[in-house]
Amino acid sequence: MGSLLSRLGLECGGKAVKEEERHLRANDRELNLSYKYSDNAIKTSKYNIFTFLPLNLFEQFQRLANAYFLFLLCLQSIPEVSSLPWYTTVVPLVLVLSMTMAKDGSDDMNRHRCDKQVNNRQVEVLVEGELQSEKWMDVQVGDIVKLENNQFVTADLLLLSSSEPLNLVYIETAELDGETNLKVKQALTVTGKLEDSVEKLANFNGEVHCEPPNNRLDKFTGTLTLKGETYSLDNERILLRGCTLRNTQWCFGLVVFGGPDTKLMQNCGRTTFKRTSIDRLMNVLVLSIFGFLMIMCLFLAIGNGIWEYQEGSKFAAFLPKGVNAPFSAFLTFWSYVIILNTVVPISLYVSVEIIRLGNSFYINWDRKMYYPKNDTPAEARTTTLNEELGQIKYIFSDKTGTLTQNVMTFNKCSINGKAYGELLDFSGQRVEINEKTEKVDFSWNNLADPKFCFHDNSLVEVVRDGNPEVQAFFRLLALCHTVMPEEKKEGELYYQAQSPDEGALVTAARNFGFVFRSRTPESITVVEMGELVTYELLAVLDFNNVRKRMSVIVRSPEGKLTLYCKGADTIIFERLNPSCSNLTEVTTLHLNEFAGEGLRTLALAYKDIDPEYMEDWKLRHHVANTAMDEREEKLDALYEEIEKGLLLLGSTAVEDKLQDGVPQTIEQLSKADIKIWVLTGDKQETAENIGYSCNMLREEMNEVFIVSANTAEEVRKELQTARRKMTPDGTEEPTVKKSRSGLFCLQKTETVADEPVNGEYAMVINGHSLAFALEKDMEIELLRTACMCQTVICCRVTPLQKAQVVELVKKYKQAVTLAIGDGANDVSMIKAAHIGVGISGQEGMQAVLSSDYSFAQFRYLQRLLLVHGRWSYLRMCKFLRYFFYKNFTFTFVHFWYGFFCGFSAQTVFDEWFITLFNLVYTALPVLSLSLFDQDVNDWWSFQYPQLYTPGQLNQYFSKRAFVYTVLHSGYSSLVLFFIPWAAMYDTVRDDGKEIVDYQSFALLAQTCLLIAVSIQLGLDTHYWTAMNQFFLWGSLSVYFAVIFTMYSNGMFLTLTSSFPFIGTARNSLNQPNVWLTMLLTTVLCVLPVVAYRFLRILLWPTINDKVRYKVRQDKVLPATPRRVQARRTSTRRSGYAFSHAQGYGDLVTSGKFLRRTPKSRPALFSQTDSPLAQTQPQFYRTISEREEPPLSP
Amino acid sequence: MMKEELETTNRPDNTAFTQQRLPAWQPMLSAGIVIPGFVLIGLAFIGIGVALFITSQNITVLEKDYTGVETTSDCYKCSNPSDKNCTCKLEFSLSNLFEGPVFFYYGLSNYFQSQRSYGASKDEYQLSGDLDYFKTPISACSPYQYDANQNPIVPCGSLANSMFNDTFKLYQIVNGTKKLVPFDGKGIAWWTDYNIKYRNPSVTPLKNAFNGTVKPSFWSKPAYELDTSDPSNNGFVNQDFLVWMRRAALPDFRKLYRRITEGDYARGLPAGNYSLEIAYNYPVLSFGGRKKVVFSNVSWMGGKNQFLGIAYLVVGSLCVVMSMVMLIVYAKFKFPEDD
Repeated sequence: MGSLLSRLGLECGGKAVKEEERHLRANDRELNLSYKYSDNAIKTSKYNIFTFLPLNLFEQFQRLANAYFLFLLCLQSIPEVSSLPWYTTVVPLVLVLSMTMAKDGSDDMNRHRCDKQVNNRQVEVLVEGELQSEKWMDVQVGDIVKLENNQFVTADLLLLSSSEPLNLVYIETAELDGETNLKVKQALTVTGKLEDSVEKLANFNGEVHCEPPNNRLDKFTGTLTLKGETYSLDNERILLRGCTLRNTQWCFGLVVFGGPDTKLMQNCGRTTFKRTSIDRLMNVLVLSIFGFLMIMCLFLAIGNGIWEYQEGSKFAAFLPKGVNAPFSAFLTFWSYVIILNTVVPISLYVSVEIIRLGNSFYINWDRKMYYPKNDTPAEARTTTLNEELGQIKYIFSDKTGTLTQNVMTFNKCSINGKAYGELLDFSGQRVEINEKTEKVDFSWNNLADPKFCFHDNSLVEVVRDGNPEVQAFFRLLALCHTVMPEEKKEGELYYQAQSPDEGALVTAARNFGFVFRSRTPESITVVEMGELVTYELLAVLDFNNVRKRMSVIVRSPEGKLTLYCKGADTIIFERLNPSCSNLTEVTTLHLNEFAGEGLRTLALAYKDIDPEYMEDWKLRHHVANTAMDEREEKLDALYEEIEKGLLLLGSTAVEDKLQDGVPQTIEQLSKADIKIWVLTGDKQETAENIGYSCNMLREEMNEVFIVSANTAEEVRKELQTARRKMTPDGTEEPTVKKSRSGLFCLQKTETVADEPVNGEYAMVINGHSLAFALEKDMEIELLRTACMCQTVICCRVTPLQKAQVVELVKKYKQAVTLAIGDGANDVSMIKAAHIGVGISGQEGMQAVLSSDYSFAQFRYLQRLLLVHGRWSYLRMCKFLRYFFYKNFTFTFVHFWYGFFCGFSAQTVFDEWFITLFNLVYTALPVLSLSLFDQDVNDWWSFQYPQLYTPGQLNQYFSKRAFVYTVLHSGYSSLVLFFIPWAAMYDTVRDDGKEIVDYQSFALLAQTCLLIAVSIQLGLDTHYWTAMNQFFLWGSLSVYFAVIFTMYSNGMFLTLTSSFPFIGTARNSLNQPNVWLTMLLTTVLCVLPVVAYRFLRILLWPTINDKVRYKVRQDKVLPATPRRVQARRTSTRRSGYAFSHAQGYGDLVTSGKFLRRTPKSRPALFSQTDSPLAQTQPQFYRTISEREEPPLSP
Repeated sequence: MMKEELETTNRPDNTAFTQQRLPAWQPMLSAGIVIPGFVLIGLAFIGIGVALFITSQNITVLEKDYTGVETTSDCYKCSNPSDKNCTCKLEFSLSNLFEGPVFFYYGLSNYFQSQRSYGASKDEYQLSGDLDYFKTPISACSPYQYDANQNPIVPCGSLANSMFNDTFKLYQIVNGTKKLVPFDGKGIAWWTDYNIKYRNPSVTPLKNAFNGTVKPSFWSKPAYELDTSDPSNNGFVNQDFLVWMRRAALPDFRKLYRRITEGDYARGLPAGNYSLEIAYNYPVLSFGGRKKVVFSNVSWMGGKNQFLGIAYLVVGSLCVVMSMVMLIVYAKFKFPEDD
């Protein structure tokens, strides 16, 4: 209903009839307005000044708890039923409503501000033959708008013309689909002719017929009718709102859909709110409490019926009203519903929100999660999930930018059999390289990149000495690549590399004196040791995943033809001239050494080519290149033919720099029994490599299974083989536990049980196999195998698959999942997981915007989970246990009193006490417990990551714990009612006057209760800050201050009927037996708990108890032993340094892209940090140069 | 320098509060605290228990049921509710001095003053002397709000209406003659009730304030005639009325009727024979209630109540036993030193 109403508000003035087809004519506002299409204004806000109060109240009362309290309020207004005055409900209800209202109000203000900002963006619109700057919201369907580079697309536009050749425009669709690579759209040639002539555009009167507004981003059907000719329109002609224009000076578009009709807005579903498992449990509990409440009320009502029948009717002379027993029982039922409502106190929900908010603030405030380098503090973007952070069982992590810095550094190389990059001291020992190590001075090279650092001076000496091999090595690096240079100022070079490792290699060459300066489709200009040399670029034999190498063929100014090739070592070695065998051996040794350090290697080779052969080859190449069929195969064969008999130059080793502390974090998290799965778009080699370098894959593992089959059957077989290897005597059939959960047990859940495994295994699965494995019939197989492994790495996965993997684990493991990533391709997984974490402070904000928590470094994850998450969970559970204890105890006392007041719904306590108990007397102490409590401090939390495991097993608060709590409060309430009852029975004051009157008894019972629950709170508190002390003792003092005030003469004389308890406090609290009774109840409530806990710690100590004991033992924190990262000695060959799948060769050599000088060219690949940009083939459509034939009408 | 400041604008404050490093006391339930604690609490409780028990033992209570259920009872004749103005006698003898000051209570059983609508059926404003409420009593008093002729009832409500109206006279039989034991009816109600909570309207004579009102239907005389001899004990500040209006929490209760503090009885009731004359007016048999009279003296801890003393003794002993158990368990399962 609420959403319906707001929708109505949103579409106020919209069309009543459903649109069948959209028809519009360019530059004809009158006609277009007659269709009453929505204009371009958007409205995401929910309320305005007038609708705020009613709508918000309406929405709030849709919440079960609020509605329940409204219902109670209605009950209380019936005098026959009302057992409590109205203020006991109104005061808390108003408090809750106004707090929520304030929050909703401020949220909506933000949305209003946001809408206003978007609606007031300026765009140039063609109005009456002139370009005018107008606000976005004033743009109408049928208007022609002009967009400039880097502007947001105003509405869904039909592209008319653009500044680029062939009427192309480049757009980035990150906001729409999360993909950051550029996409190409092309206008119809017929409209492209309009160019930027305002006159022509103003006279353009094409008519568009197209589909009605819908949410399909990849589809558009329509026609454009111009001068009697009809042209078909498809998605390629449409610019969608939400995209950004890139690398295009200007373009013109015709508005087709505006504002709420745009595909972006049509896709804006309501965001689904994530709920924590505690939330869900709480809902179930609250519901069962309701049931329990009803049973209690029913019991008491029946009791009342019997009492009325047996006693009341005979007692009628003294009773105010003689009513018949069943009716009285009926009324009593509702009266008890009012009295016993404290089992589900409204303040529970408020308190939970406050606690979560407070714990979120701690995350924002944490200096240890603040990254000074880019001034980014951690941020809890969702404030309702904190305790879930303490229950994480599975982490799904992206690789690039999350585990790694996405910074590649040229670290080492081997040239002509000599390794460089290692730093040795005088005795020949390796020197650990750290930030303080002296860097190589590149000041001799004024084109050097100042950020580049290298530590081995010998390489510079060699290259400056003019060693031909070393020079050839760097020449190769400067020539053989597809990097785009950008020289904004003379001497200030920027490289636009498709992948950061390519950039790293070219930068290395640059610093060592082989500066790649500029390129045209036919040439590459390099400054070689200060000398400008221009090479003629004859061919680029591009990289792809199968070839695993790339080559260029260049002609030097001297006319020498050379092929330079770099690629995966295994591939290169196969194509070497046999004369290199000695060098190959040495280089292989070096490669192994590099690989052992987790570096990404490439082998470099070259070959001089005979000019005649080249002529012939070029001819064949041209033929193959223009072949209509089997073009790829023919080209591959040609490449294969020429890349033979190469001469080895050496190899490079590039470090894919891990973020600081990643291996340690992973180690800590796995100690906390959290399973980490890496889901990356990168290729298998790279992913494995990172797996090793961050200690997820280890040499000592029993086996690393690699699943990379190409058919469903093979994938299944590989998974099964792996599983059988891990559990030779395990069952074939998975043990699936089916159960029901949720409200009314409506949700069916299936849980696949964990299976024990001997030894450590890991699994690497690629995207292709994953696609098969995620099919319905194989997903459990995948899950079983994967969950047995310590480490799971999925490589080459698409964003959708990432989400599917997360969903799979969520579905069958019923475990709490966390996804962490930095890029747009992680958005789906971040949204799918229970908790999404974004790495902030980098360029792309997509992941952060859809995340629940964000911080700058992966290593902060351990603090988020092991400290903040653990504490939040602990606090929330303590809070809930205590809160239910307190309120059940409170309520049960009323239940017992029922037996002594004829089940007449007489409250035991003063009405003011009932009103203030949760709101004032116990609110702050319990809040301070749940905001400040910690079992052990953060340092110890890191020392013992095992402390995290109770959260994963739901040990601190579950249905079981709840039942214990209820039993405990049952006991306490018995003590709290019957001890005062027995102690006061037939007794009098020390002056013979009355003490067992109702008011004195109420005072005694409520004071006993308050003291007992306060002391119980003290028992639950592990961490007594000054605040805890202050609030606990303060609240008790406030209680006494309040009762003495409320029971004072003054209060009675001002508000006689509201404060009838006058004098009770004075008369009761000066009696020793009253105080002795309080002492007795308190001791009886508390000591059994103390004894139980003491014995439990002795007999069945939990990990918490042990650590807390240990903390007591050594108060002085021992220094953390410095962990030294062991160097691996491995024969495993690491991934070759190409993190992309398909080169840019076509692009580089196609003249179209380089028509303008590279200097003025804006960044083409501006977002290379996105893994997607590196891993997804950059798909550029073949651009047809023919004119579209008009469709026959 | 400036640059550095700019760069760290988002750095969170380094306070103990924001960094969750507030200094704190972290107690633990260690054996060194718990076991001696239990012993100490146990011993203290046993001490208190003994004191309470002895005190309670020293209190003398004399309880006599006079409902008249048994046919042997003198009050049997009065148990028929149709019998008005019936008087009966209750005789008892004391072998020892009943040490004073002696308090004389009447007690009712199975009487639900704690019933909600019964308790709510009164008008605080009326009882604090607000004349507006004399004319229109609040509706909670219904059906004792107006009489059949729509005259307001003052004091209204069932609580006032059902005021206990048996009266007692105690005689000591000295040598065959009845000697009246003087009763002190002053100061038997709470000071706050008498001085603040209940007020007569400031109209003299008091009777005029009640013009146009009727007395509660069960009452034999209107409120302004409750004690015509003493204006300060009349109307709403009549001590018996105040005692009744302080409703009991439990269905079995006793209420102070008189104190015996004067004359020959200032030291208590001497040994001898006594006769209590009861004006039996209050019907309780219809609902299975019981009426009784209680003579009792008090101590520093109030009236006689064995429970508190015994409870303290039991809890104290349990604590000591528990501390032994814990000691044994502790000795056997000492906390694991390492791990």
